[in-house]
Amino acid sequence: MHERILIAGFGGQGILFAGKFLVYANLLAGKEVSWLPSYGPEMRGGTANCSVILSDTPIGSPIVDIPDILVVMNLPSLDKFEGATAPGGRIFVDSALITRRVARADVTSVYIPATQLADANGLSGLANMVMLGKVIADCGLCRPEDLPAAMGKVVPERKRALFDKNIQALQVGAAFFG
Amino acid sequence: MTEKVLMKGNEAIAEAAIQAGCRFFFGYPITPQTEVAAYMARRMPKVDGLYLQAESEIAAINMVIGASAAGRRAMTSSSSPGIALKSEGLSYLAGCDLPAVIINIQRGGPGLGGIQPSQADYFHATRGAGHGDFHMIVLAPNSVQEMVDLTHAAFDLADRYRMTAMILADGILGQMMEPVSLSKPDAPDLPPKDWATTGTGGARPHNIINSLFLQPEELERTNFKRYDLYARIETHEARHEAFMLDDAEIVVAAYGACARIAKNAILAARSRGIRAGLLRPVTLWPFPKKAFAAAADTARAFVTVEMSMGQMIEDVELAIRCRRPVALCKRVGGMVPTPEEILSKIEEIAGGVR
Amino acid sequence: MQTVFERTPGLTDAILHYCPGCTHGIIHRLVAETLDELDATGRAVGIAPVGCAVMAYNYFSCDMVQAAHGRAPAVATGLKRARPDCVVFTYQGDGDLAAIGTAETVHAAARGENITVIFVNNAIYGMTGGQMAPTTIPGQVTQTSPYGRDTSVAGYPLRVCEFLATVDGVAYAERVSVDNVSHVRAAKKAIRRAFETQLAGRGFSLVEVLSTCPTNWGLDPVRALSWLRENMIPYYPLGVYKDREKDAAHGEVTGDA
Repeated sequence: MHERILIAGFGGQGILFAGKFLVYANLLAGKEVSWLPSYGPEMRGGTANCSVILSDTPIGSPIVDIPDILVVMNLPSLDKFEGATAPGGRIFVDSALITRRVARADVTSVYIPATQLADANGLSGLANMVMLGKVIADCGLCRPEDLPAAMGKVVPERKRALFDKNIQALQVGAAFFG
Repeated sequence: MTEKVLMKGNEAIAEAAIQAGCRFFFGYPITPQTEVAAYMARRMPKVDGLYLQAESEIAAINMVIGASAAGRRAMTSSSSPGIALKSEGLSYLAGCDLPAVIINIQRGGPGLGGIQPSQADYFHATRGAGHGDFHMIVLAPNSVQEMVDLTHAAFDLADRYRMTAMILADGILGQMMEPVSLSKPDAPDLPPKDWATTGTGGARPHNIINSLFLQPEELERTNFKRYDLYARIETHEARHEAFMLDDAEIVVAAYGACARIAKNAILAARSRGIRAGLLRPVTLWPFPKKAFAAAADTARAFVTVEMSMGQMIEDVELAIRCRRPVALCKRVGGMVPTPEEILSKIEEIAGGVR
Repeated sequence: MQTVFERTPGLTDAILHYCPGCTHGIIHRLVAETLDELDATGRAVGIAPVGCAVMAYNYFSCDMVQAAHGRAPAVATGLKRARPDCVVFTYQGDGDLAAIGTAETVHAAARGENITVIFVNNAIYGMTGGQMAPTTIPGQVTQTSPYGRDTSVAGYPLRVCEFLATVDGVAYAERVSVDNVSHVRAAKKAIRRAFETQLAGRGFSLVEVLSTCPTNWGLDPVRALSWLRENMIPYYPLGVYKDREKDAAHGEVTGDA
């Protein structure tokens, strides 16, 4: 396994959080992992992204220039990273926020109206985890048994309600067939 | 072995410093190192330590001087423009023979520059950290784990040699998260700090911490003595990592984040039949000259990969006495070289030397 | 043989390098005597400045650190925070404290650092040979204000005690002079009060001492003392600008002196 994943969207959508969760779940599974955020002014409302690498072997560069998996939650991110995606890679699009289709023919495109699904399930603000649920399910990125433990690493115990909602969001995403 | 946890490089440095017994941190916010200060502000009160936000980077390093003069382990951190402000203090630390640990999470320059990763402070760290003749021990981690291990080492080296040890990293290493084991370092056998200014107690002559020597003969003598120490450090403390180096025709020299990116390129080159290898300085001062000299015996060419206009390349050329051609693969201003760029440089050189 | 007078143990027997008639020697002695009287010399650490008093580390018998120009309050901050039991003082001139080190001074004061600052104000840069200082008074001739300090070009002097008195972290600020015997005795009292303030843990204390520089003022020692009286004291009035403890006891609000 050597997956180069780029998650991108607006600041405030939980882009970095989703990446962190994914990395923790794979750390628990004994994988080599790295997480690198974009940083600076973009975290205050501009575009945000993070590079995640999951691998069976030690990781060299932590930068994902050519993603095998691209997860986008706004149009500027799709515009920016679609061309960089590896041939044969996958692009996951929040189709509630991005109206255009992926132009590339040499990648697999998956459309999830994640923001809408989150709102409809009382999970407003958790579209990031809906997206991630779908990504994990489609790409087999984590062992299901690691998910609650990984959530425990990123959501503090005292925020139990948030913990449950995040797990639920993952499930909503995983169950979506579009 | 302790359980691995995920940490940002900046936070890992901070926790490692606390593990090493540092209880005095003096900070000033600047991107991309602010997490060090934020972590210290959270953690220090829980370990009876002090996080103090200074009015400037200049004040912060002078507070380090005060705490160090008092015989305590102290640290400050900043990023390039802030480190430049600390230069005065770095020179005084050297002139006063005081131990200190300084963190530079580099960003692009000159001037206000940018906030994205850079390695353009190599010259500053290894040659010109301030006025006068002096060196700092400069450690260059390339993973979050090394952020921890080298921070531990920095405090011990600083105390052993009574000088500044700098961690020279960049925005990538500071911001990235990786699994890290926070096992506590062994307590090393270090000389007592009988030079510290903690009050005579009426029991001994006064200690003076000072860098002023108005008699040129005396100032020359102190410089000579300090450089004798530096010579010993060069002999004993140079560190490097070799990766696929044994049979390498093309030796890539890179430190920090660039070394990680170079590894990708080297693996790709190998898969194309080019015998490339990596020689990564872990200490930038002392520079691992012997390892480079040895590599020059067998390699046909070198390429340095740097996020600067070419700074470490001078040390590579000096270390190998210009016996082999040394090429430069560079990106600057916050741009980061890609494995593909490095690979094509390796291929270009491999074609040239065949 | 009966000893009628001796060097205070707070000073070493090094010979002071100060110019004839310079009042640094008096101020050194007052500080050292005070530390001795408070039984604090053994746990005192002094921070020497850059300027004429740079070699103070040779004269005080307590532990000493020599700081970069203006940075003494920051060094003192680090030291005192690391060793709260030490009695920490800085000894700084006007250029050091009120020009290059203004930020360090003001912020150490604002944080209420529990240190004592001895601020020697002689209205000129002495060590470098008599240039305009932040406390050079209007009209005063120096090497870099050869036609007299012109406030339209060089601006105005800083009155350090006055502005520091407005800072909440300051527990004690007093301006004294050493131009005659009664003033010297008052200066000693102020220095003692400052160190007592630190010993009681009340926060930042500062004593500004008006001092002479006969060499760079171009006056003989006696006329230098007169010049100080006639020119400096009117511009820099002597007195207690703040004593938080006493002010509180008298129910006074800071600033309505």
